[in-house]
Amino acid sequence: MRSGGLLRLGLPSLALLLLFVASFAVGRFPVAPHDLLAVLWAKLSGGPSGVPPAVETVVWQIRLPRIAAAALIGAALAAAGATYQGLFRNPLVSPDILGVAAGAGLGAVLGIFLSRSVVVVQALAFLGGLAAVLVVYLVGAAMRGRDPVLVLVLAGVAMGTLLGSAISLVKVFADPYNQLPAITFWLLGSLTAITLSDLLPILPVILVGLLPLYLLRWRMNLMSLGDEEARALGAETRRLRAVFIAAATLITAASVSVSGIIGWIGLIIPHAARLLAGPEFSRLLPAAMLLGAGYLLAVDTLARTMAAIEIPIGILTAFIGAPFFLWLLASGRRGWQ
Amino acid sequence: MLSADNLAFGYRGKPVGSGVSIDIRAGEVLCLLGPNGGGKTTLMKTLLGLLPPLAGAVRLDGVDVAAWPRKRLARVVGYVPQAHAAFFPFAVSDIVLMGRSAHVGLFAAPSRHDRAVAARALETLGIGHLHDRIYTEISGGERQLVLIARALAQEPRILVMDEPTASLDFGNQLRVLGRVAALAASGMAVVLSTHDPDHVFLCGDRVALLHGGGMAAIGAPEAVITPAALKRLYGVDVQVVELPGQQTRTCVPAVEGLRRPRPAAP
Repeated sequence: MRSGGLLRLGLPSLALLLLFVASFAVGRFPVAPHDLLAVLWAKLSGGPSGVPPAVETVVWQIRLPRIAAAALIGAALAAAGATYQGLFRNPLVSPDILGVAAGAGLGAVLGIFLSRSVVVVQALAFLGGLAAVLVVYLVGAAMRGRDPVLVLVLAGVAMGTLLGSAISLVKVFADPYNQLPAITFWLLGSLTAITLSDLLPILPVILVGLLPLYLLRWRMNLMSLGDEEARALGAETRRLRAVFIAAATLITAASVSVSGIIGWIGLIIPHAARLLAGPEFSRLLPAAMLLGAGYLLAVDTLARTMAAIEIPIGILTAFIGAPFFLWLLASGRRGWQ
Repeated sequence: MLSADNLAFGYRGKPVGSGVSIDIRAGEVLCLLGPNGGGKTTLMKTLLGLLPPLAGAVRLDGVDVAAWPRKRLARVVGYVPQAHAAFFPFAVSDIVLMGRSAHVGLFAAPSRHDRAVAARALETLGIGHLHDRIYTEISGGERQLVLIARALAQEPRILVMDEPTASLDFGNQLRVLGRVAALAASGMAVVLSTHDPDHVFLCGDRVALLHGGGMAAIGAPEAVITPAALKRLYGVDVQVVELPGQQTRTCVPAVEGLRRPRPAAP
């Protein structure tokens, strides 16, 4: 198992490192490798870098926040996806299953519709995501005596559809020249214009969400056996489920609030991680986070370099994710039964 | 040891059975026999504390377990569900290790000792070679044994098994029953449900007949499993035949339409 660990986490870590460097270098304003090194060295040593100030600005003010955001959000969405998939014993589940994306979407769309500032839009998205899941959870908890997992999923689907309709309604009333493009762009996800001050508030929230996932990483396996078996093995499933849902929802809502809705990562990255590390959650979680960080970083770098205009990330993740998912299905390397 | 005291069981607003009193003793195999919908599974879930009793109580050494935390109960009572396909391809060792949850701290991972107990549980059942296999890739009979090993890793005093022979081939059915009998011989109390009265003759020390939610009879298999009782349970005519020199009995169906004359060879 030890040598397997190297393959499991070592290679993805190396790939992530290379991606970091590449993402700093490429873009509309290419930074030559020796300039990049000079800038990094200057930061470490405190001396002058000797490169034009514009290069320093690009590296520290533009590229760094974006790279940090992509890695953080990719890892966060993958962790949330792996959690939801284990919790709902369903590999087709994504972090949106309980309506968090739809709730965040409605919050953000309302914020844009009411012409609020970016900070308010982000806060509304975050709260909207949490509120949607809370309602779904309470509805599920009210229906005792049925399969609690099934009730949650069905309530989540209903909630997602309802909120989706509400989003469409707001779009109908929105100003087609100012607000509608902003709404559309938000719903497709983007890390354009993200700053470090956008990341600072969500970083602690994501860490708070990740903590229980890390602490309860072995217990998570029990949840994927189903409610009755897990209880018979000694797990207090209702409490554990509440904790896992709260943690994964917190992570997702915080991510989505600054990035907009980026689909597919929470769905396919846990699959890829399962192929790499197996389904056991304490091995799956770090693998999923590494792959998620690398994947979103790669996709975001593509999004800003492929064409003259920025391509929304949600479109790219779907273009890459859907064929990958179909390949998984067709090749039988599903990582589930 | 584990006893049900005038137990009524079922779901809220949908009672399944009532008036069931059983006492399960160490070292014995108690079989639950009854038709589909007779209440076997619901009774088992109630014994396991997965469903709250509608009336009466489930007691362990005389103590009502209704308010016990799951962890405490899981250290005494192990549950073997029907062999199922897991949703994720866990290694067999990981599945069996999950039986240790009641002994592992909430935030902890299993220790070396836990791994040793899990490995020993596999050895006890003669399936140590499955340790590194993938649960979703082994046969149904092997899966059933792995689930029994998982319950053994809990180190319980009582095993509750829901139709452990369902969906197994003939050989695996007998192998599983053999392991069950061996576990009882080592002092484990076993409750198992089955659809096959012959299995009761093979490994049961006592049998309880569940019919329409009530307990029709409980006692030694030879005394309880009679043609009249089987007719009442299943609505079919069955002869119960003593096998000469085998000290066991078997059921021979006498259903109209079965055992028709063979067509003449062409």
